[in-house]
Amino acid sequence: MRIESFLLIDRIAEIDLSAKTIRAEATIPTQSTIFDGHFPGFPLMPGVLLIESMAQTSGWLVIAATQFTRMPFFAAVNEAKLRSFVLPGASLALSAKLVHEGSGYAVTSAEIRAQGKLICSAELRFRLMPFPSPEFRASMEKVAAEIAFPVEAAPHG
Amino acid sequence: MSSTFDTVAGIIAETCDIPREKITPESHAIDDLGIDSLDFLDIAFAIDKAFGIKVPLEQWTQEVNDGKATTEQYFVLMNLCSRIDDLVAAKA
Repeated sequence: MRIESFLLIDRIAEIDLSAKTIRAEATIPTQSTIFDGHFPGFPLMPGVLLIESMAQTSGWLVIAATQFTRMPFFAAVNEAKLRSFVLPGASLALSAKLVHEGSGYAVTSAEIRAQGKLICSAELRFRLMPFPSPEFRASMEKVAAEIAFPVEAAPHG
Repeated sequence: MSSTFDTVAGIIAETCDIPREKITPESHAIDDLGIDSLDFLDIAFAIDKAFGIKVPLEQWTQEVNDGKATTEQYFVLMNLCSRIDDLVAAKA
């Protein structure tokens, strides 16, 4: 996880398009300026970043489901629950399911577990739009390669 | 159409916290009821689920942006309900 670059997923473990699910992994860094303020002497992964990491996990699933034709932009979060403190160095197992793919929007349910224990969950909504520019899409393809976005779900043409 | 309208009006009332009595078949979702695009995503999700359809929001938005359609054609509720009925009939 590269918090300062806002890249909150280390690796996509699996995308199952028939089940409309994704699994991903991330490790919270042991050192980050984030922890200077959150909190001094008691470092905790901010809950908003856990929600963002669920959004990024969901986003890659949506990109796979739409075959890299749409960019999901985070639009709403419902029923977010932050169940446990997450400390520096924690290994996270992230997962999401595509609940509904509408026209121009998508809905996912996502969760994060640490050592098998559910630590947060939410229902997330996204606006789906064409990639704003070829450069934008190329930058997403570059990140996709870095996090092991599965070849069978990769863009064609 | 009336049952479609009742369902859609109920969805809008619940989703946007708008008094049900203010929602009429002649209401324009955007101009009269003040529903913004984010709230409309919630409404579209609820309509998709309730009727088992996929409201073609992207196509409608494109047509409005291209000047090929007016917002009234899609977002006045009686017209919206008529299009929902068409989508349900096409699915059957």
